[in-house]
Amino acid sequence: MTHRRQSADLTIEVPGLARVEGEGGLRVEVRGGEVVSVALNIFEPPRFFEGFLRSRSFEEVPDVTARICGICPVAYQMSACAAIEDAFGVTVDGRVAALRRLLYCGEWVQSHALHVYLLHAPDFLGCADAVELAQLDRAAVQRGLELKRVGNLLMEAVGGRSVHPVNVRVGGFYRAPRPEDLRALLEPLRRALDASLATAEWVAGFDYPDVEGEYLFVALRPDGAYPIDSGPVASSDGLETTPGGFAELVVEEHVEHSTALHARLAGRGAYLTGPLARYALNSASLPEIARQASAAAGLGPVCTNPFRSIAVRAVELVFACDEAIRLIERYEPPDPPAAEVRPVAGVGHGATEAPRGLLLHRYAFDAEGLVREARIVPPTSQNQLSIEDDLRRVVVASIGAGDGELTARCEQAVRNHDPCISCAAHFLDVEVERS
Amino acid sequence: MSARPTLAVWKLASCDGCQLTLLDCEDELLAVAEHVEIAHFTEMSSASVDGPYDVSLVEGSVTTAADRERILAIREASGLLVTIGACAAAGGIQALRNFTSVAELARGVYAHPEYLDTLETSSAIADHVGVDLELHGCPIDRHQLLEVISALLAGRRPVLPSYSVCQECKQRASVCLLVARGRACLGPVTRAGCGALCPSLDRGCFGCFGPAESANTVSLARRLAADGTSQAQLSRLFRTFNAGAPAFRKESVAHDAPPAER
Repeated sequence: MTHRRQSADLTIEVPGLARVEGEGGLRVEVRGGEVVSVALNIFEPPRFFEGFLRSRSFEEVPDVTARICGICPVAYQMSACAAIEDAFGVTVDGRVAALRRLLYCGEWVQSHALHVYLLHAPDFLGCADAVELAQLDRAAVQRGLELKRVGNLLMEAVGGRSVHPVNVRVGGFYRAPRPEDLRALLEPLRRALDASLATAEWVAGFDYPDVEGEYLFVALRPDGAYPIDSGPVASSDGLETTPGGFAELVVEEHVEHSTALHARLAGRGAYLTGPLARYALNSASLPEIARQASAAAGLGPVCTNPFRSIAVRAVELVFACDEAIRLIERYEPPDPPAAEVRPVAGVGHGATEAPRGLLLHRYAFDAEGLVREARIVPPTSQNQLSIEDDLRRVVVASIGAGDGELTARCEQAVRNHDPCISCAAHFLDVEVERS
Repeated sequence: MSARPTLAVWKLASCDGCQLTLLDCEDELLAVAEHVEIAHFTEMSSASVDGPYDVSLVEGSVTTAADRERILAIREASGLLVTIGACAAAGGIQALRNFTSVAELARGVYAHPEYLDTLETSSAIADHVGVDLELHGCPIDRHQLLEVISALLAGRRPVLPSYSVCQECKQRASVCLLVARGRACLGPVTRAGCGALCPSLDRGCFGCFGPAESANTVSLARRLAADGTSQAQLSRLFRTFNAGAPAFRKESVAHDAPPAER
């Protein structure tokens, strides 16, 4: 069987990937047993955000860029605020920064719970979706939905609503939440922390394909803390720079099969951002309870098996719940809720950790605070080349498998990185073609 | 409808946020799945059942030739077609392209605009096919979505507001930002549905739910201008997520032109 396949020519094509956030497909061509081409096709209709941000006021940028992604709007708002404040020389006080981190924890919990339970776990358990999974293990799906609900509650309490929060402004917030409203979330968050620990144990029992990637990891690496909303950009090969320095190194390329720009690092090549990268560069900064979860999930200090990213997400769920509890226990409402912001002509950069990876914004403003130029580098365009490398490795490792299994493995290899292609439109019409 | 109606969820150009709202019904999702067969929902499931479908929820706007064809096929395959969100109802934030040239925008973003398949405009679903119900919002409200699903299951008309955000503000007893503080607020001309969220956070409404029925945008714009809002700001205020909705479009364009031309 294996021998026959090794000499075969084969094209694996999935025109529409399911259980990803966005409109994408994949295509892998095998000729004479060798993988000759791989492509993660991203055909989400282009929306030209960088184009129409020009001439908009800085005040509108967080709300406009939030609309790039309904699953990680806070990431867009936070990277935008960081970049704008960098351009104008605004420093926010520690209480504003803590409240932003709390809002971001809500997004991590919501997004990771969605990915772990609704998008990724069905792959490991042979189900088409969470509804089918609920027939096998209703308690697990309910645990995931409850976790997701608590993430959303946190986003609503701080941001006003969970999809496209309205309370974020450049400099801070429109209104600081009342301490009693946040304290009311402590009990649900403690339950969510337990559910996250149970998640880490649950995914430890999954079967993982034996595939190890060779990644250049890139993530924020703040001093002594696990990265979410700030910090210098670091890589696994020794780079350490500011968001502005990083922006200089990112080279983006427009290729025919993708409406996302392909990013690589100048002089280095493909790189990977997201949970595996954050974890590899910062696992020593995790709090004790998250380190216990990581041991329970069978992880060492670095994880290079992309299929095990689900376990890293479980650990990050533990971290985000624990961090949110810590932040609420110490919460003091910022007063005023936002720093004063005065536009000046200039350029600013902001980088924060979206649940699925590093999100970089760069803006140039005129003296009135109108955008002259915008550049947004989302996680998925940075990860695209590494995802394609994974596809190549997965096909080589599973070349003996049947068509259906091989195709499913390829789809799973894409879902490992939780790509946010911001659209999921097409029929799942798997096509395996032999020449 | 059959005993267990089929539901399909579709997406064109948009951010995923409105269909995520269905998955955000955490307490109700499994119950919904018991009463409705979720036959096609790519973001949620790798299984898909062929149409026809009793109900289709459509997120997103039409921005490509391929999607212009696809919406015709979706209409054909659907009993009831319900659009969800501002993209589907008014073209969304990407309808900002309608006020400029796509070629120019594409040059600013992509090195090879010739690789792109894209139309000059971002348009609402109702510009292409008949729509049975539009659910407004950027994003839609979870409770309104559940109301629509419950109403369809019960065979009744959903109860959805067509009045403005002002009424919701009064219900919440929020201070009127416009009258009391002279703050720019689109509440008087914006459709209710969010629960007057922004004014409750001391922020003027910025129009996520699009124009309310018979919205008097001219009168509001005059008031805002008297309070010091510039023409350029007025144009931008009406030109965001519902820029393509006729009432907002007209008002934003009115402030593009020199005042003499109004």
